[in-house]
Amino acid sequence: MDLGPHAAFIWASYGAFVLILALLVGWIWLDGRRQARALADADRRGGRRRSSGAAEGSP
Amino acid sequence: MSPMQTLTQRLANPTRFMAFSGAILPWMAVASALLIAYAMYLVFFVAPPDYQQGETVKIMYIHVPSAWLALGGYAIIALSSFGLLVFRHPLADVSAKAAAPIGAAFTLAALITGALWGKPMWGTYWVWDARLTSMLMLFFLYLGLIALRSSLEDEALASKLTAVLALVGVSILPIIKFSVDWWNTLHQPSTGFTSSVDASMRTPLLISAAGFLLLFIALHLKAMQNEIMRRRVKAMRVAEVERGDRLMSAGAE
Repeated sequence: MDLGPHAAFIWASYGAFVLILALLVGWIWLDGRRQARALADADRRGGRRRSSGAAEGSP
Repeated sequence: MSPMQTLTQRLANPTRFMAFSGAILPWMAVASALLIAYAMYLVFFVAPPDYQQGETVKIMYIHVPSAWLALGGYAIIALSSFGLLVFRHPLADVSAKAAAPIGAAFTLAALITGALWGKPMWGTYWVWDARLTSMLMLFFLYLGLIALRSSLEDEALASKLTAVLALVGVSILPIIKFSVDWWNTLHQPSTGFTSSVDASMRTPLLISAAGFLLLFIALHLKAMQNEIMRRRVKAMRVAEVERGDRLMSAGAE
């Protein structure tokens, strides 16, 4: 694939873009695993929210 | 449940939101990946070079969606902040908090790809023209929102202050959009939402934008799920400590 005399700028753009998105996706995915594990631990310890039963809707 | 309830009202319950988002997230992720893959095929194997810019126009297919999503992300934060301050919607703050890093990432992507497109076309990576400068301000605004929230221990206060700052900062959106009309900029004028772009380039551009939009929504939903789980864990830990305190004081009596 010939991208002409400015190929380096095109590849650098796509490289930077992929890197930023990969870091973002990876960070959100890892955070999800961490929070799911923390929630499972809290559940195992028999934790209950103050709001449980009173207002299921509160985050 | 009243049939008059809107979707946002029905999803106001975080438990219901977790179930709903959990069901649609995998489909959205797959659709996003397919659309992006198809867009990249069109970009690298079908779309022609521009008659003036040559192959560097390929940067447009990631730069323009990034810029749109940078603005769209801030609009989500502003709407969520409005929802928090006016309607006290239970998920509004979760949505605002979750959208900030995603919007910041797309703004950074727009700035970097723009600089790398600017060098071969304009002869410089950066000029302090109205469009580029206002996009940089948007990036700093995102960082400011993230920093303000994380600098305050009291989450309720942090939510309100961040929401106020987000609503004040929303004035940056029309400035960015119309900067190329209001001032003389090195950045090209508006294409009228791609209407002045040739169809051979507009189709891959719109498919690319649709793919990255779905990716943005999927990431936003996932980040909202993470935040809801984080708040639940925090609430459970607080309840645990309070139970321990009550038991101790009962034992002391």
